[in-house]
Amino acid sequence: MKTKTLFVGALLASVFSVNAMAAELTAVSFGGAYGAAQKKHMIDPYTAKTGTKILFEDYSGGIAEIKAQVEANNVQWDVVDIEVIDLERACSEGLLEVIPRSILEPGLDGVPAEKDFIPSALANECGVGNIVWTIIYAYNDKTIGSVVPESIGDFFDLAKIPGKRAMRKRAQVNLEWALLADGVAKDKVYEVLATDEGLKRAFAKLDTIKDHIVWFDSWSQVPQLLNDGGAVMAQSANGRIFDAIKKDKKPFTMVWDAHLYDLDVWAVVKGSKKKDLAFDFISFATGTKPLAGMPDVAYGPTRASSAALIDPSVVPDLPTSHLDEGVKADGIFWADYGESLGEKFNEWLLK
Amino acid sequence: MVMSNTQSITPSKLASHNSLSLTKEESNHARREVRRHRMIAFLLVLPLLIFLAFAFVAPIGTMLHRGFYNPVVADLLPDTIQELETWDRKGLPNEALLTRFAIDLKRLAKNRKSGKLAEEINRNMPGTSSVVKSTARKLRSISDADLKANGSNILLKAHKKWNSPEIWLALQKSGKVYVDTNYLTALDLERNYDGDLQVRESAKIYLQLYSKTLRLALIITLSCLILGYPLAYFLANAPAKKSNMLMVFVLLPFWTSLLVRTTSWIALLQTNGVVNSFLMGVGITSEPLDMLYTEFSTIVAMTHILLPFMILPLYSVMKGIDPSYLRAALSMGARPIPAFFQVYLPNTLPGLSAGALLVFIISVGYYITPALVGGTDGQMISNIIAFHMQQSNNWGLAAALGTLLLILILTLYWLYDRFVGASNIKLG
Repeated sequence: MKTKTLFVGALLASVFSVNAMAAELTAVSFGGAYGAAQKKHMIDPYTAKTGTKILFEDYSGGIAEIKAQVEANNVQWDVVDIEVIDLERACSEGLLEVIPRSILEPGLDGVPAEKDFIPSALANECGVGNIVWTIIYAYNDKTIGSVVPESIGDFFDLAKIPGKRAMRKRAQVNLEWALLADGVAKDKVYEVLATDEGLKRAFAKLDTIKDHIVWFDSWSQVPQLLNDGGAVMAQSANGRIFDAIKKDKKPFTMVWDAHLYDLDVWAVVKGSKKKDLAFDFISFATGTKPLAGMPDVAYGPTRASSAALIDPSVVPDLPTSHLDEGVKADGIFWADYGESLGEKFNEWLLK
Repeated sequence: MVMSNTQSITPSKLASHNSLSLTKEESNHARREVRRHRMIAFLLVLPLLIFLAFAFVAPIGTMLHRGFYNPVVADLLPDTIQELETWDRKGLPNEALLTRFAIDLKRLAKNRKSGKLAEEINRNMPGTSSVVKSTARKLRSISDADLKANGSNILLKAHKKWNSPEIWLALQKSGKVYVDTNYLTALDLERNYDGDLQVRESAKIYLQLYSKTLRLALIITLSCLILGYPLAYFLANAPAKKSNMLMVFVLLPFWTSLLVRTTSWIALLQTNGVVNSFLMGVGITSEPLDMLYTEFSTIVAMTHILLPFMILPLYSVMKGIDPSYLRAALSMGARPIPAFFQVYLPNTLPGLSAGALLVFIISVGYYITPALVGGTDGQMISNIIAFHMQQSNNWGLAAALGTLLLILILTLYWLYDRFVGASNIKLG
C-alpha cells in the first residue's frame, strides 16, 4: 500500500514538474519561415545556453489577444513579437511593460547598445527592435508578359500592365501606395492622407484599378496567387517572396519602389509573472549574433554590428539595403486614423 | 387534439380522487415523493444549466452590456468629467477646468493610462489620439506647481486642437458611462453637435451589410432547399440498403472539417482551377471566369457546407410519412402534382421549417467561409464584427453589431412563430 502511494506520488510529482519544465517562458510570434528563423537563432540557442524551456507559439498580429489577457488579468504570454504599427498603441494603453535599456548587451564589436541599434529600434520604451521588414510588390516572370513593372505607378497602370493585382484587404499600405502612385512625395504621404481631399484622392486612385484587384487576408496566400496566375502582381511581406524564390525556386521578382517598411520588436506583456526572465530572453535575442540570423528570411537586423556576420549574397534582398526607395510606415498616424479609415475602406469596398 | 383533451380532464379527476380517498399522511408522502423526483431531475440537468450559464448566458450578457456601458473615461477622469457636464458647449470650458484636465492628464501619463483615454476620445473624433498622447508626453516633464499655476495655458499651447470646442465635446461624449453611440453607429446614425439624430456623415456601411447578409442567407437557404428537398425525398423512399449507403455521402462531408471543405472550393474555383480548366477544355469559355472571391463563391461554398442541415431534418420527417397518404390521394383521383402539393408537402412542413430555419440562422452569422472565399463582394456582417474585435479593437461597437444581429434573428423567429408556428418545427 505504502509503495503504491509513493509510486502515485512520484508519478504526480513528475507530471507536475514536467508541466512546469515544459513552459518556463511563453514567447509568441508570427510563425512561418520567420518563426522558424527565430526558433533557430533565438529560442533554441537561449534554451541551450540557460536551460530555460520556451513555449513558442504563433499568432497573427494585432493587439486584441494581448488586450484580452491583460484586461481579464490572466496573462498567458510573456514575450511577444509585435509590429511597431501596433506597438505605439499597446504601449500607451498600458498593455506592455517598459523595458529598461540597461538590460541590452553591447554589440559584439563593443559598441554600446544605444549606439549599436538603429534609432527607431529603441524609439518606443516598451519594445526592442528585432527586424526591419517591408511590404513590397512582386510579379511572376512567367505570367507578366514582355513589359515588366518597375515603379509603384506601374502597379496602378492598367494600360502598361494589364491583369489582376493582389492586395491585402486593409486600409494600411493600400492608401499610402495610391497616393505615392498619384505623385505625392514620399515625405508628404501621411500629411496628405490626414486630409479629406487626400483621402478622396487615394480612393480615386484605387478606383482606377478596383475591378482588377484580388483581395487576400493573409500574407500566406500571396505565393499561391502569384503561382497559379490568380494575380500578375501581388503585394507581399518581402520575406514571404524571398522564401518562395530561394526555397521553392519560384520565378518571382520583387519591386522595391515605394516599399513601406516597418519594424518588429520584442515586447513583454504587462503583468507577466516571469517579467525578469522575459527581459533576460529579450536581452539575449537582440544580441548581435541572434539578430544576424534574421536575414535567413530577408528581414534586416536592427543592430549595425550584425552586418559583419551576414552572408553577403543576402544583403541586396534586405529592406535595410533599400531604405532610400521606401517609406517608413507611420504607427502614430495609424493609431489616430486606423479605425475611421478602416470603416471608410470597408465602405469603399462595398460600393 | 385527442391527447390534449385527456390531459385537461385528468388533473381535475385526480384532484377530486385525492381529496376523497387519501389521508393527510399519504398525501404528504406523495408530495414528498414528487418533490424528490423533481429534485433528482433538477440535479440531473444541473451540469447543463451550469454549462449554459458559463458558456452562453454570461458571455452574451457581458456582450450586451458592453454595447452600451463604457466606464473607461469616467473612471480615468472622474472630476473633470463631472465638471465638464456643466459646460455650455459654447466656446472653451473655463480655465479652472482646463487646468484640472492638464493635471489629470499628467497623472494618467505617469500611470501609463493616457493611451486608453486617447483611444476613447479618438473614437468620437478621429485624429485626436496623437493629440492626447503628444500632450501627455509634454506634460510629464512639467512640474506640478507650474501646472497648478498655469495649466490651462500650457495645455492650449501643447497642441492647437485643444483650442477647438469639438475636442471638448468629444471628451464630454466619451465621459458618458451609458452610451447609445455604438447602437447608433451600428444603424449608420450619429448625433450632431446639438445632440439631434442624423444619418452618419462618415462611412455608412452597417445597414447595407445587414441587408446583404440577409439577402445572402435567403439565397443560400433557397439553394439548400432546392437541392436538398428532392434528395431527401429520394433517400426517404429508397430501399433501406441503398438509402443507408447514400446517407453516408450526405454525412461524410458533414463530418469533414469546415476548413478543408472551404479550401477545396478555393482549389475548384480559382482562376486556373478545376472548374475553369474544365470549362475551357470543353470549349464553353475561352477565358477563365472570375469565380473565386465573389458573392457567387460564397453562396456556392456555404450552400455545400450547410446542405446536410437541410437534408437531415427533411429526411427524418419524410421517413415518418405514411406512403399510403399519397397513394390514397392518387387513388381518389387527385393528379400527381396537386396531390404532392396538397398532401405530401404539408406533411413535410415541420422538417422543412426546421431545415430552413437552421440553414438561415447559421448562415446569417457565418464567418470563416465568407472570409476565405468571399473576397470583397461576399463579405457579411460577421466579417465586420471580426474587424472591430481584432483590428480596430472597438469591442463596444462589435458588441452593438452582434446584439442587433441577435435581435434581428429573434425578430425573424418571432415572425415565423406568428405566421407558421414554432411548434411545427421537427428536427427528427
